[in-house]
Amino acid sequence: MVKRQFDYEDKYENIQDKIKELVELSGSLDFDLSGEIKVLESKLQAIRDQKYQNLTPWEKILLARNPERPTTIQYLDNICDEWIELHGDRLYGDDHAVVGGIGAFNGMPVTVIGHQRGKDTNENIKRNFGMPHPEGYRKVHRLLVQAEKFGRPILTFIDTQGAYPGAGAEERGQPVAIAQDLMLLSGLSVPIISTVIGEGGSGGALALGVCDRLIMLSNSVFSVASAETCASILAKDANQAEGMAGALRLTAFDLKDLDIVDEIVPEPIGGAHTDPQETIARVKEAIARNLYEVMEKGGNLPEQRYQRLRSIGRYNIK
Amino acid sequence: MLKRSFGKTKYIPVPQDALPYRPAKPGQAVCPQCTSGISEEEMQENFKVCPFCRHHFPMNAHERLSWIAEAGSFEEWDTGLSSYNPLEFPGYDEKLADAREKTGLQEAIITGVARVQGYQVVLGIMDSRFLMGSMGSVVGEKISRAIEKAMELGCPFITFAVAGGARMQEGMLSLMQMAKTSAALERFHKRGLLYISVMTHPTVGGVPASFAGLGDIIIGEPGALIGFTGPRVIEQTLGQRLPERFQRAEFQLEHGMLDLVVDRAELPAVIGQILRLHLGGNHG
Ligand SMILES: [Zn+2]
Repeated sequence: MVKRQFDYEDKYENIQDKIKELVELSGSLDFDLSGEIKVLESKLQAIRDQKYQNLTPWEKILLARNPERPTTIQYLDNICDEWIELHGDRLYGDDHAVVGGIGAFNGMPVTVIGHQRGKDTNENIKRNFGMPHPEGYRKVHRLLVQAEKFGRPILTFIDTQGAYPGAGAEERGQPVAIAQDLMLLSGLSVPIISTVIGEGGSGGALALGVCDRLIMLSNSVFSVASAETCASILAKDANQAEGMAGALRLTAFDLKDLDIVDEIVPEPIGGAHTDPQETIARVKEAIARNLYEVMEKGGNLPEQRYQRLRSIGRYNIK
Repeated sequence: MLKRSFGKTKYIPVPQDALPYRPAKPGQAVCPQCTSGISEEEMQENFKVCPFCRHHFPMNAHERLSWIAEAGSFEEWDTGLSSYNPLEFPGYDEKLADAREKTGLQEAIITGVARVQGYQVVLGIMDSRFLMGSMGSVVGEKISRAIEKAMELGCPFITFAVAGGARMQEGMLSLMQMAKTSAALERFHKRGLLYISVMTHPTVGGVPASFAGLGDIIIGEPGALIGFTGPRVIEQTLGQRLPERFQRAEFQLEHGMLDLVVDRAELPAVIGQILRLHLGGNHG
């Protein structure tokens, strides 16, 4: 059976509770155990640190899906001096699975766009679990055009299992909506910095990921399709997702090896959700550094972006 | 070669041309739609379309090429590009070897330059027999190179897409081909060149969500399944059955995703007309 929860933290907390019991127990006894308890605690901490440096790809997927992880709006609230959300695609509706607007980033106007999922059931229903419809991708499109008009750099945040696989999405042209974002992003003259903050899945995630620099959090993942989907199609068994997670090479470190990702931002031990403020501060620093580098280097950004994409792929030539 | 005059071009399948049902004789192909029997000769004459109900059978890349391009005019490009197993994905080497042996193709697409209806055009024709026509590194690279060469030649680009889903065995390398081919078309469109995208059965997943979705003119073959998510996955998500013709070309035409749905017998003439309206010549 596939593990749905990251159970390592539960075990860790169990042991910590036991140590606490031991401390209380030793207080009621005549001899002092505090030295031994300290050794135990630091050993436990070392094992935990070790564990988090050696998570399996499947454990990273589970961490990347942790509902407590900071979401796009949390990032925007904390990395922008101020920001204003803008709504709607001007065609059909406002997709709450995508947020976008204008922010001030270290005093500079930027266009900000990201997938937005919820942290609880109610919010997830409003946000459609962060899975956009075509109107979400068309909202992205018109905000990108606006960014180009005003010469504003673009910051995107990727955090979706994928585009929504529903009937309405298909009736309203999901594939073309995604394709048009991919094409528009590739030709914009303003700098684009994208950050994968959670789970990036399929074309629905990539629609916000054509950029000059791609940053990933250390426990985030980015995949052609979810491990469960690949397992059910290739192995005809969704329960083989855990093994499939490794084969897909979807972790930030795998993708750095494949020259798809430029920078990995380390998360605090235990994952981004254990210290959102610290995580967001690290992401802000990485975005700023990459953005200023791209701006300083200057030149023909669409051409450089094209050459960057052009080089992705592995094949034999006879 | 099929030739029709300018004024007589039809855009919609032509049921009045369909023959009445005829039971299959031994050795004949059976139409999955109307169960009529179709002889080998009839198949060839009708470009693999059922003469009784206009059901479109799959066409492989070389059949499509000889149907759309003038005989002997095709010069194939990038035949030396082939896939390997960059992620060392279990079973991928065997699948590639199998597909190569079964089809005689190196990959799921052939690209090159040809004459179509009297015009020089760059062609990209996918083949569903090769890993369901999925787009991996080689398909993405061949399309991008074809677009760049069409820009050098200053000529139109026409693709015949067929895609059953992502080339999962190449992981993110395959997903990024969506961005790569879309970026190549961004430059192509800025040069003011014409791209005609023909979607055949089925065209789902990353292919319509990238290059095939970015045609100046997008044409569907009758009955072709066209969409981002396939109907089975949608049914699983919704927990209910979808209508019979959901996501079929006629449905997508109705929903504004396609410019035209064109019967295979009419398509060469329609493509000829579109080329003529863009490039001039042969009027009257
Ligand atoms: Zn038939």
